[in-house]
Amino acid sequence: MSIEVSHLTHCYSEGSALRTVALNDVSFRIEDGEFIGIIGHTGSGKSTLVQHLNGLLKPSSGQVLVDGEDLNGEHVNRRALRQRIGLVFQYPEYQLFEETVAKDIAFGPKNQGLSADEIAERVRYAMDCVHLNYEKYAERSPFELSGGQMRRVAIAGVLAMRPSVLILDEPTAGLDPRGRDKILTMLEELHAREHVTIIMVSHSMDDMARLADRLIVMSEGKIVADGLPREIFAREDMMTSIGLDVPAAARLCAQLRTKGYDLPADLFRPEELKEQVLRLWKEGSAC
Amino acid sequence: MLNNITMGQYYPVDSKVHRLDPRIKLILTIVFIVAVFMAKTFAGYALILGFVWMTSRLANVPFRMLMRGLKPLRLIIILTFLLNLFFTQGDTVWIEFWVIRITKEGFMQAAFYSLRLAFLVVGTSLLTLTTSPVALSDGIEILLTPLKKIHFPAHELAMMMTIALRFIPTLLEETDKIMKAQMARGADFESGNLLSRAKAMVPLLVPLFVSAFRRAGDLAMAMESRCYHGGEGRTRLRVLKITRNDWIACGAMAVLLGLIILEGIIL
Repeated sequence: MSIEVSHLTHCYSEGSALRTVALNDVSFRIEDGEFIGIIGHTGSGKSTLVQHLNGLLKPSSGQVLVDGEDLNGEHVNRRALRQRIGLVFQYPEYQLFEETVAKDIAFGPKNQGLSADEIAERVRYAMDCVHLNYEKYAERSPFELSGGQMRRVAIAGVLAMRPSVLILDEPTAGLDPRGRDKILTMLEELHAREHVTIIMVSHSMDDMARLADRLIVMSEGKIVADGLPREIFAREDMMTSIGLDVPAAARLCAQLRTKGYDLPADLFRPEELKEQVLRLWKEGSAC
Repeated sequence: MLNNITMGQYYPVDSKVHRLDPRIKLILTIVFIVAVFMAKTFAGYALILGFVWMTSRLANVPFRMLMRGLKPLRLIIILTFLLNLFFTQGDTVWIEFWVIRITKEGFMQAAFYSLRLAFLVVGTSLLTLTTSPVALSDGIEILLTPLKKIHFPAHELAMMMTIALRFIPTLLEETDKIMKAQMARGADFESGNLLSRAKAMVPLLVPLFVSAFRRAGDLAMAMESRCYHGGEGRTRLRVLKITRNDWIACGAMAVLLGLIILEGIIL
């Protein structure tokens, strides 16, 4: 399922003194099976953008085309569409409401009008995806779990609808390193095993370095760069000028290069950098 | 979705009336209410109308904003008018047929009472239009302070008001977010009959309550960690000061009240 955004503009408080342009003429295209990272400073329009991708917000002008069809067209069933393009909001654990974990995860599939058997099957599937043991957690209240577990329940609530596109807004914000690692591993598996298209908004360049195979960089409501992480992280000047960082490995690589070490310019993963440094070490040029 | 709701009816412009001390404005509003009740003739009402008009000019508040305050009460005002019109006994009959009997006295009384209601609403709207909610709760706190002698929790009451006002926009934003999150899971808030709509509110209200309690807990913790322990010995960020303009406002109100009393004696 492809999503095409063309000349999308969105203004908040249209027609009043508080009018602000959150998105300004944004265009891009997402193909099936991609893992896309959207990065940008606070207020750059990332969250506004992702809410357009499943029709929760209406564009002020421009279009969002899903499989070539305008999302805001008259005859489009947006409710059904939202179930195919799952959106996980920031801090999704605050949307939990049911008595038990299983019931909460079942909310989405129930709204899809599935049979009881199918719903139970979906709940098991979703809990499995987020690494929550069904026997142990299904009948517990979501409110007595830890923050990281609650977040995984909330993500399971979206996965239970079996969306073909999954959008996550800051899925690791406010989690400890272990909770964050669990979420990232889970997304990695989901992408590899189920071929779900994933669009992830994040502040963390290290998360992006690990997962994304394409990056969209936003600043002040516009797309300033769109390409491979390798290309984008090599442009440290551009990134710092819009208030963003590059991954720790990319920064270290750049520092070593200015000291005259012979390293490729586009390293951004810790493992790659390690290999290259070891190579230099062995060649004996590093002294 | 919900971001168009403005809180209260505060009209945010700068004017001499806006800058008056909230305590004085509260007291003057009470005096104004007394004046409205003391007025016995239409001449007195003309005085009050003049006063309201002048104040609204001074406050830079358009007269139609004042009139907007009457809207929610129009049913009550109309009902008051009709009841008085039909059920007041009088000698000068204007219209009479079947059981309906409209007299001159009835009409006068009907007009008088509905105007009184209207003046009460417009007068108090002047207060809320020109005083920000925070200033208002500050003023209320200080005016209620003497009641602390009889263990009335004046400070706590004002603090509760301030916190509630502070959190209304936050909760609105939260509601909007949770609503969207549940819509992303296929929830439907817009269609269906009354029962299914009420049921659809559960996924919205439960998280909202949970988050309100969580915020309350966090706020209490934050206040305590900054050594908040009630109003005892607490100083203020905005110290209220009575200025010359406040005395002028009091003077103007005194003149109005005096004229109304005089009018009651003479006419």
